[in-house]
Amino acid sequence: MIYGRVRGTVVSTIQHPGLKGLKLLVVDKLDPHGKRTGASLIAVDAAQAGVGDHVLVLDEGTGARQILGNPSLPIRSIVVGIVDEVRL
Amino acid sequence: MQLGRVIGTLVPAIITPGLEGVPLLWVQPLTPDGEAKGLPFVCADGTRMAGPGETITWEASREAALCLEPSFVPVDHAVTGLVDDCHLEDGV
Repeated sequence: MIYGRVRGTVVSTIQHPGLKGLKLLVVDKLDPHGKRTGASLIAVDAAQAGVGDHVLVLDEGTGARQILGNPSLPIRSIVVGIVDEVRL
Repeated sequence: MQLGRVIGTLVPAIITPGLEGVPLLWVQPLTPDGEAKGLPFVCADGTRMAGPGETITWEASREAALCLEPSFVPVDHAVTGLVDDCHLEDGV
């Protein structure tokens, strides 16, 4: 899973019908120390995450479709948790 | 999913069964800030609504084929949606 920080949202009207009503979040990938790695992705929200939250992102399609209960969704990345604390 | 910009189209003379009539677009991957990152690639358009100049979201690998109907097609990149707005809040 990926540790990241929500940086913003993406709004889309014309899209795959299965994506209707799903919140799309722009997530910056972070290293274990919370520093941005420079990479980012757009993930569907399944954890009521908001901008600024540190999150856990599942980056695997079958798991993402299982969470949303639709085996034909074209989705790979999904926010599955909000991180409270990282201890190293 | 990632952001991209449609920079052109591609018309095949012959295409594998299942992909007849599916629009093929050149897509330049973008960072959330709108800067180009990486090399452009050819992307099937599952929405059939995207055109040059538009900002889109795209998906790769198996998820790309799921954007099309039928979904058992040899496609590795596909447009999942057209972006109206990418709202970023920095310094939160």
